[in-house]
Amino acid sequence: MRRLLALLSAFFCVAPFLWLALTALRPPEELTRLGVPSRLSVSSFVSALRDQPLPRALLNGLLVSACTTVFAVAIGSLAAFSLARLRPPGRDAILAGALSVSMFPPIATVGPLYVLLRALGLLDHWAGLIIPYTTFSLPLAMFLLTRAFEDIPEELWRAARVDGCSPLQALWRVHLPLAAPAIATTALLVFIAAWNELLYALTFLSSPERRTVPVAIALFSSEHAEPWGEIAAASTIATLPLVVLALIFQKRIVTGLTAGAVKG
Amino acid sequence: MIELERLTRTFDGRGGVRDVDLTVDDGEMIAIVGPSGCGKSTLLSLIVGLDAPTSGALRIDGRDATRLDPKQRGVALVFQSYALYPHFDVRRNIAFPLEIDRVGKAEIDARVRATAERLAIAHLLDRKPKQLSGGERQRVALARAIVRRPRVCLFDEPLSNLDPALRAQMRVEIRALHRELGATFVWVTHDQAEAMTLADRVVVLREGRVRQVGPPREIYARPVDTFVASFFGAPAINLMEGDTLGVRPEHVTVARSGDGVQGRVVLVEPLGAETWVTVDGGGARITGRGDPELTTGDAVVARWEASDVLRFDERGARVEGPAVVDAPP
Amino acid sequence: MTTRRAAIGFVAPALLAMAVVAAYPIVAAVWLSLHREILVFRDHRFVGFANWSFLLRDGRFWAALGHTTYFVLVAVAVELVLGLAFAMLLHGRARGRGMLRAAVLVPWAVPTVVSAKLWAWLYDPNHGLITHLLGVREVNLLGTPVIALHAAIVVDVWKTTPFVALVLLAGLQSIPEDVYRAARVDGAAPFQTFRAITLPLLLPTVAVAATFRALDAVRVFDAIFVLTDGGPANTTETLSIYAYKTMLRLGDFGYGATLSVATFLVALVIAGLGISAQRRASR
Repeated sequence: MRRLLALLSAFFCVAPFLWLALTALRPPEELTRLGVPSRLSVSSFVSALRDQPLPRALLNGLLVSACTTVFAVAIGSLAAFSLARLRPPGRDAILAGALSVSMFPPIATVGPLYVLLRALGLLDHWAGLIIPYTTFSLPLAMFLLTRAFEDIPEELWRAARVDGCSPLQALWRVHLPLAAPAIATTALLVFIAAWNELLYALTFLSSPERRTVPVAIALFSSEHAEPWGEIAAASTIATLPLVVLALIFQKRIVTGLTAGAVKG
Repeated sequence: MIELERLTRTFDGRGGVRDVDLTVDDGEMIAIVGPSGCGKSTLLSLIVGLDAPTSGALRIDGRDATRLDPKQRGVALVFQSYALYPHFDVRRNIAFPLEIDRVGKAEIDARVRATAERLAIAHLLDRKPKQLSGGERQRVALARAIVRRPRVCLFDEPLSNLDPALRAQMRVEIRALHRELGATFVWVTHDQAEAMTLADRVVVLREGRVRQVGPPREIYARPVDTFVASFFGAPAINLMEGDTLGVRPEHVTVARSGDGVQGRVVLVEPLGAETWVTVDGGGARITGRGDPELTTGDAVVARWEASDVLRFDERGARVEGPAVVDAPP
Repeated sequence: MTTRRAAIGFVAPALLAMAVVAAYPIVAAVWLSLHREILVFRDHRFVGFANWSFLLRDGRFWAALGHTTYFVLVAVAVELVLGLAFAMLLHGRARGRGMLRAAVLVPWAVPTVVSAKLWAWLYDPNHGLITHLLGVREVNLLGTPVIALHAAIVVDVWKTTPFVALVLLAGLQSIPEDVYRAARVDGAAPFQTFRAITLPLLLPTVAVAATFRALDAVRVFDAIFVLTDGGPANTTETLSIYAYKTMLRLGDFGYGATLSVATFLVALVIAGLGISAQRRASR
């Protein structure tokens, strides 16, 4: 009984995505059919990659997400290290502030940010997207990394200081290597969030050739009706790496997602 | 030379140290002892630079070091839990302070090897800390501290995680190492026996204040108060007459007959060379040397020489002078 | 001491970023909401509370608030129930657990835009699997008022139930095994155990999951943008969509800011309710 329920639940989770992949693999003339396709075809993939600006969007997404990840992890681990080991004044206030930032609805900031970026000449620039992405990734990065640094024995920090490390050296040579698993988790969650973001990308980047993946897919178009084969192929391409990452790093992601939820 | 001048570090809660005046000479081996929570670790943190004093001054070799970064003090520290870097192998652990100090690669290699050989851990250089036994970790921690050739090396209860046999062996080795290096060693411990056997001088700390400083024999023979008197010596000193009289167990003889305090045996502890017998002498318990043949319940007398009695006033401070109350009738 | 300078220096970049890119825009939005601000016309003047008084009379705002509230309540409620069921399946010793554990991460990893497209395809009037299975071919589900909003809720439920399940699973795992053993010794039936032990002890975690989800659902944008763009006849228009259209399609930043501040206030209320619920649950 439980096994059947588990099977059904798994089916509920996976089936829609499999259906999408199946649609992508259907020969174009069989798109309107629901049954088992007579053969599998890559023609939708070919046209998604050739006729649509998808390859461009994939590269753009990679660029923006990778930069966001690097900056968020760098700035986040500096801050987290300070919070965990250096006792900055107002430590609790800083954490509370970060928590409230993580609760801001993006729509509440998108208008003024648009005006600000316009004034700075950063509209339609990568920086105009990477800066807000990094900022809104910081709360998560700070929480996960502060906890990770706090889990490292305090004596190692003291030992590093006695051995002559400056705080930065102690972070770089002792704490970062020891927090590597948490860094990986943080990087993964930040990367995926940036890769998937729509509202800012839609608003701050106007040139079609700068579109990120979600924008490209949301605005996928053709002269005729919705090009479902291409949409399905593009969606599969955009999603498969994430699904693979999620399955490989299952444990890390689950830890990252649920950190803080139980302890409060 | 380390000079502490009215060094004070207070915390919001309890703990900390107050008005510590202390001068440690070059090449001296000094032990800081006291019960847990007496401020030993705070004092250590202040000397090594992991914490800054609330007030007072600290000089190392005549230079004001009160607010110096640990890096600039040239003070090494061996941690109680060893604090080895788990992601480095032994070689890298020992080399780390030199790397940070930008010592040349060839010199690092030579010094790491020499230090490892001196401490008999050269065969462990490629292992990770988690592959080592407690004693081996202790040696690696020691190697990491002395590889820098520090003028001052601090030890934070470094032997407390070892078994007794290993602890005794390490004490001997560290004494030898101290003579060889000629560096100043400051040794923090709550174990009075360790302090007595290792140190040239002992600093007794209680509730953040220095109670007494002196060579072990003097601390033992002429404690300033009942706290110091009871802290040193095992078994502990016998305190009587409302804690105004004290006599060490080794000065008390328990016999089946003769003059002295009469009582009954309540405990016999034969240790081989020595047998300690505790006597209930009408309320006061007195421990002294006795015959291993004695058993619980035997009627005995305990006696001692008047010259061995330490006298204290009602606040616990020792008073000099002839004993008013002589040996009991 | 250098550590003190480092302590401040190391948090400074993060604080600066959050101050300029997160806190300042909120303040600026409040300030903008007191202005008539239309970028293309270079129209910029202070109008006091005119936008706010218009907001109170704006039927479209109240409708959007209604849709948003309905979306949050229904979606989060369904997600909690389904998520709890998933979590119990994942927690038990049933076989197939490893498979389910991997499967729940799939919807989580799928970008919201993709999941919306994917469901749009399933809802497709002519070739959609769901329209076919429901036997309502040629009915445009996403073009039918009332149904369209529920179709959007389904997308949200599919995409985010895994998150709820994982959080609740972590909560279940934090309940000590001994409590269950004690209940078994006391002769409690499985359902009694669930009612008397699991649920009360899990309540704080439920409150956390609900708060997280509600804060996320109240900002719903991607799914609706892709599925319906607020249609048909604005019946799926949420606060985020309305504010977005006002600011970035009409270029009316003053009233758009008013709408976005209103959304922020709703989120604030949810956060407040969530925190007090967590306090009560963990008492």
